[in-house]
Amino acid sequence: MQQAGIRAIPRGASARSFISRVLILVFALGFGLAARGEARTESFSPAIQAEIAQLGSKNRKTRRRAALGLAKRLEPKLLPLLLALREGSLYRWKPESGEARFVIGGDAVTRGEVEYVPLFSIHGKKRLTSADGKPLFVPDGGLRKIRAGRRIRRAVKPYLNQLQSSAQLHSADPNVRRAAATRMARVGDKDLIPLLDKVLENETHWLGRHALIEAKALIRLKSPNPEERRSAAAALGEIHGLNAVSVLQRLAEKDTDASVRAAASDAIGEIEGYLSWTATIDTLFRGLSLGSILLLMALGLAIVFGLMGVINMAHGELMMLGAYATFIIQGVFISYLPQNYFGWYFLLALPVAFLASALMGFLMEVSIIRHLYGRPLETLLTTWGISLILQQAVRQVFGAQNVDVKSPEWLSGGYHLMVGVQFPYNRMFIIALAVFCVVGTYLFLFRTRAGLRIRAVTQNRGMSTCLGVPSRRVDAGTFAFGAGLAGMAGAALSQVGNVGPALGQNYIVDSFMVVVTGGVGKILGTIVAGFGIGGMNKMLEPAMGAVFGKVVILVLVILFLQRRPEGLFAIRTRGA
Amino acid sequence: MEKKVGGVVLVLAALWFLVAMPSLNAFGTPGSFFHVSDFTLNLFGKFLAYAILALGLDLIWGYTGILSMGHGVFFGLGAYCMGMYLTLEIGGEGVYQSKLPDFMVWNRVKELPLFWKPFHSFFFTTLAVAVVPGLLAAVFGFLAFRTRVRGVYFAIITQALALSAWLVFNRNEINLGGTNGLTNFKKILGFTLTEASTQRGLYVVTALALCGAYLLCRWIVKSRAGKILLAIRDAENRVLYSGYTPANYKVFVFTVSAMLAGVAGALYVPQVGIITPGRIGVLPSIEMVIWVAVGGRGSLIGAVIGAVGVNWARSYLTSSYPDYWLYFLGGIFILVVQFFPDGILGVARDAPRKLEKWIRRTTRPAAGDEAFAPVRSEG
Repeated sequence: MQQAGIRAIPRGASARSFISRVLILVFALGFGLAARGEARTESFSPAIQAEIAQLGSKNRKTRRRAALGLAKRLEPKLLPLLLALREGSLYRWKPESGEARFVIGGDAVTRGEVEYVPLFSIHGKKRLTSADGKPLFVPDGGLRKIRAGRRIRRAVKPYLNQLQSSAQLHSADPNVRRAAATRMARVGDKDLIPLLDKVLENETHWLGRHALIEAKALIRLKSPNPEERRSAAAALGEIHGLNAVSVLQRLAEKDTDASVRAAASDAIGEIEGYLSWTATIDTLFRGLSLGSILLLMALGLAIVFGLMGVINMAHGELMMLGAYATFIIQGVFISYLPQNYFGWYFLLALPVAFLASALMGFLMEVSIIRHLYGRPLETLLTTWGISLILQQAVRQVFGAQNVDVKSPEWLSGGYHLMVGVQFPYNRMFIIALAVFCVVGTYLFLFRTRAGLRIRAVTQNRGMSTCLGVPSRRVDAGTFAFGAGLAGMAGAALSQVGNVGPALGQNYIVDSFMVVVTGGVGKILGTIVAGFGIGGMNKMLEPAMGAVFGKVVILVLVILFLQRRPEGLFAIRTRGA
Repeated sequence: MEKKVGGVVLVLAALWFLVAMPSLNAFGTPGSFFHVSDFTLNLFGKFLAYAILALGLDLIWGYTGILSMGHGVFFGLGAYCMGMYLTLEIGGEGVYQSKLPDFMVWNRVKELPLFWKPFHSFFFTTLAVAVVPGLLAAVFGFLAFRTRVRGVYFAIITQALALSAWLVFNRNEINLGGTNGLTNFKKILGFTLTEASTQRGLYVVTALALCGAYLLCRWIVKSRAGKILLAIRDAENRVLYSGYTPANYKVFVFTVSAMLAGVAGALYVPQVGIITPGRIGVLPSIEMVIWVAVGGRGSLIGAVIGAVGVNWARSYLTSSYPDYWLYFLGGIFILVVQFFPDGILGVARDAPRKLEKWIRRTTRPAAGDEAFAPVRSEG
């Protein structure tokens, strides 16, 4: 007896799938087919069950009546079912043995010619499992879809929204609770206020409380009573309700009551004052973030330039390699490790990116750049040539399109400092990484023997060689180190920007501006210039747009070089 | 003797490009061996325009030692000046039958911007294609050279110039067609651009301009000022201490070079029929440097050979092996700099001597003999 419908599809290699199919067959024959069991333990009341059964009716009117009846109950437990009905993922499924029942289908997976749909119970949307505990997949031909036409969907919608919002207001995730409160403020009416009050009592998160109070005030703004409107407007001003500005503006212009108009415009004034304050903080943070990206990119460049006078135009491509290394590590984690380890891929990707780029840098140095010392313009052209080749190679291996690098869970989202100010975790991580790299580089250069050699060669190559410093090896090592820093920067960039073959090109000129402004051979100069240029960029951006802001910065850099031709912190020589 | 041969070859090459190619195009029977197709002539017209730019680049890089990675900007300025003239020349024959260029109609610009107006005049345009890039170069060069921004610093700043120019020209606000650039030209001075005879005329004008540019550059490098340029390249501080002001010479030569680039751009546009910001960005700007490097920097003929040669290879490779063009370009960047610092011309110049040396070594294994010990050519 071949059981036609039920197959458990394992994650991973298809070689294993045959074995597991055989196993399933054995289990199925041995213990009797039982995919049910679990789902039967909890169920709805008989009245609800009867209504659900009517959903399977052939008659459209019966179906609509049933759907509406179910929705009107506003029963939270029915939410998954109703949502599935609206999305068209509610099915009637008849197992090989046993009676037909309703199930919710998940996202289909294609294996060979057939699409398999994972099944979930309608009660609580729990994953259905086959007898051996594997998730249950059935070919989509074995399912009958419950049709919900436009009229059904429209009739159910208001109840569903209310149900959803109230479910979300009780959600365990504070972000979901907050979003629900904000949405209710937009669509809700005064019937919701008791519910909001009840939720407010239990809400402990300050941001959640803010959203709830704001929602309440926003609903009260719609009240016919002018006194109520006035006090709501005043409350919104007091708590800086950022979502209320447009409503308040309408009120300040059109409201029939003068005191309400005055209160509304007062509130707007307060909110705007607050906004300018948050905007300042936001700009500072974004400047800091851009500055640390620039710093990460320019650090390796500055070291290489300072030590060897090599203009490494392929630095951007080394960053690109780092970003692609991150992409590869991500792929390895997805295919070979269980899903719950995925979040840690990025921590592994950072050192791997460092090593990959460092290796490439080492190869570049020993094969090509070594022969060009003392000729900076030549190194510039050669490394540009290398950058073209690396770019094209990546384009042929990974394709010309951007690849998708997902942020791990712990880097998505952000920290709410205050209402309207959120610091994304990935940006904060980059700032931390920049600090780490700078400190690490500092310690490496000033606290290790290798660093001592690097500094010696930087200051006086001839003398160092005479004193027995292997300057060639130092060169290769330093170049590899600088390249590795680029790789790390690339891994960091993969979290905030696109990863594609042109990644390096987009940043290279910026990082050179930082190096030039900072002055050669001084890490402090690079740090100051990185944050200076980053901060200025973000300050100019709102006023004149990204493009013209950048142009202004270029002009400023040129004018700055008028005063300090060798950069901020120059090593004085007699030559210039 | 060697000089004379070189001169004869040069004149012959000039005659070939200036007279023979257009005549073969005009009078040769299509399909025969002695026919130059319209397409080929047009292609070479483009190459010769590039060669004018390469001459200017060689003047500053090969002779003065200043590496500019922003020459695409000057090229683009000249090209956009000519493009504005050509756009206005079509008058009301655009898609929208409006007096305004089509892209302004899309962008809801009501009136022709002020800076467009003078470009109704062809005479003004011919002046502008050289003067506008020249002015920018003079100001930029003055600011940079006065404070002795030099070497890689200057190269990086010019690259930033290329990047910002690219960013600005991509914007619609400046009314130069945004990303799409200027295109859909129809006429120049009343001649229809699609006519083969017009294109031939443009080719001849370009070839003449190249000859003129060559003579100008030659005159500059042979003059007293040219000697000082070389001296700046080799030992700037000594020039400074000898009482000269290198900055003035540098600003001068940078400006001349930018003007040549502008002229090149102006000749390029009517032959190619489009100018977009893509031609003035970082990548095309640095590619221009490689033309000079391949041909042989520090030699004017080398620049011309490099510009024509590299672009010919480019148009061949990008059509036959599109995936490998960048490998090739990157490869010649590396190879030329590593092994042939004087480019094709350097190889050609050294070849007889190297060959002689090699023959001597193989025919006379007793190389230890004092009389035949290899002589170091350069000190």
